[in-house]
Amino acid sequence: MLNKDFIITAELQPPKGPSVDEFLNKAHILKTKVDALNVTDNQRAIVRLSSLAGCAMLVREGITPVFQITCRDRNRLAIQSDLLGAHALGIRNVLAITGDDISIGDHRGAKQVFDIDSIQLISIIAGLNKGITAGGSSLAGHTDFNIGATLNPFARPEELNMMRFEKKSMAGAKFFQTQPIYDINAFKKFMEKVKDKEVKIIAGILVLKSAKMAHFLNKNLPGVHVPFALIKELETSYDPKKKGLEIAARTIQTLKGIAHGVHIMAMGMEERIPEILEMV
Amino acid sequence: MIITKQKMLSDIIKAITGYKNIFITGCGSCATLCKSGGEEEVAQMEKYLKTKGFNITGSTIIDEACHVLLTKRTYREHLSKIKKSDAILVMACGAGVQASSNSVEIPVIPALDTLFLGNTIRFGVFEQYCSMCGDCLLEITGGVCPATRCPKGLLNGPCGGVDDDGMCEVDRTLKCAWVEIYESLKKRGHLDRMKKIIPPKDYSKNRHPGSLTLKKRKGSAK
Ligand code: SF4
Ligand code: SF4
Repeated sequence: MLNKDFIITAELQPPKGPSVDEFLNKAHILKTKVDALNVTDNQRAIVRLSSLAGCAMLVREGITPVFQITCRDRNRLAIQSDLLGAHALGIRNVLAITGDDISIGDHRGAKQVFDIDSIQLISIIAGLNKGITAGGSSLAGHTDFNIGATLNPFARPEELNMMRFEKKSMAGAKFFQTQPIYDINAFKKFMEKVKDKEVKIIAGILVLKSAKMAHFLNKNLPGVHVPFALIKELETSYDPKKKGLEIAARTIQTLKGIAHGVHIMAMGMEERIPEILEMV
Repeated sequence: MIITKQKMLSDIIKAITGYKNIFITGCGSCATLCKSGGEEEVAQMEKYLKTKGFNITGSTIIDEACHVLLTKRTYREHLSKIKKSDAILVMACGAGVQASSNSVEIPVIPALDTLFLGNTIRFGVFEQYCSMCGDCLLEITGGVCPATRCPKGLLNGPCGGVDDDGMCEVDRTLKCAWVEIYESLKKRGHLDRMKKIIPPKDYSKNRHPGSLTLKKRKGSAK
């Protein structure tokens, strides 16, 4: 996946239930359109089928997965053993994330783990790649993971944010998946600042569905800024969903040559991602 | 100090239903200071339980209700009243309740929930700055504890949820602990300390039950 000139990935949420038909249907629609599918890990602290199982099923279907792992639900032993299992099942791309706080999900009384944080997790995966566990003992053999992390180019304070980015890459992250990007000029400036880093930066594309959604993002998603002009476009469109796809396509088009790839989050409309890509 | 909060009265009644004669114990230290088990609260409880038909055999405030020897001695002094009681309602932290259950043979019932080790911000306002992890790293983080003041206990910088005003995603009324740490280190000219990756915490230093026996040792401050 990382060898591509312009990486295209998409996010797929595992089902909240044991039936995987829809999950696999969507995966098949996207199979030849994207380089990898990113499977979320109990996103928003809501129980779903595990990202590990989701990724393993994708491998079986001949699709490259990105295995998301949060630090919220497992301690360092469980995470490492899942990672070894993932490797044996043919999973090679992992995305280390902190995880949403348990208080926003559907198991508010559960104990959240956070035995390690995402930067420590990146270090641990880098260790497994060298054949060493977090406890310092040796593995029989070593893993071969591409390690990814998340990045918010516009988080404040900027200096603190950049330090965190540096730390992630120092720990061993090779690719970064960003928060949704709408303001391309601001993103371009950010990319200028990090152009010497030997990492791939994959820009987040969150497909807008309505002007209301854009307002919501501006209000609630730190560092995300949907420019007024885009909101206007959505507002005046007869088919805002279609408009959202168009905006996504345009953004991807402009990002070629700026970012190393894009990561498309369609929030349930994954079957329409091919439409976006055809417009690019 | 240990911060405690009185349970709902209905839950306390539920827990003592079936007993008639109740002895009430308060604590002269933390529970007095956070107004959950001092003289005033014990007197109020006594009055309330009487209106609910319970017979109060007596009450006491132990200077430190978590002090096992002191608690034993206090109950010996009240032996005749304890003998007439079916249960003791303890208005102290969980440690205090257990010092009591260690000292008498009748049932001991907690009237408070024990919350955290708290700093007094001002009268009646307490916040948790330290969660007693056994492996203090405050010298690296500018004197602000990420293990406690960040709801996720992140040790290497903020999560993606810190908002544009530096507030925490879990509670937008609280400043993100990592923004606090950043500002504190910056003020002190120690920002470089943040650049080092802090390894995972050593939770072996924080196993429970904890136990410590003081002995003189070379190299200690004393
Ligand atoms: S690191 Fe935090 S929780 Fe641990 S002892 Fe220090 S202040 Fe307390
Ligand atoms: S916003 Fe800051 S304090 Fe809140 S969970 Fe994230 S890192 Fe911790």
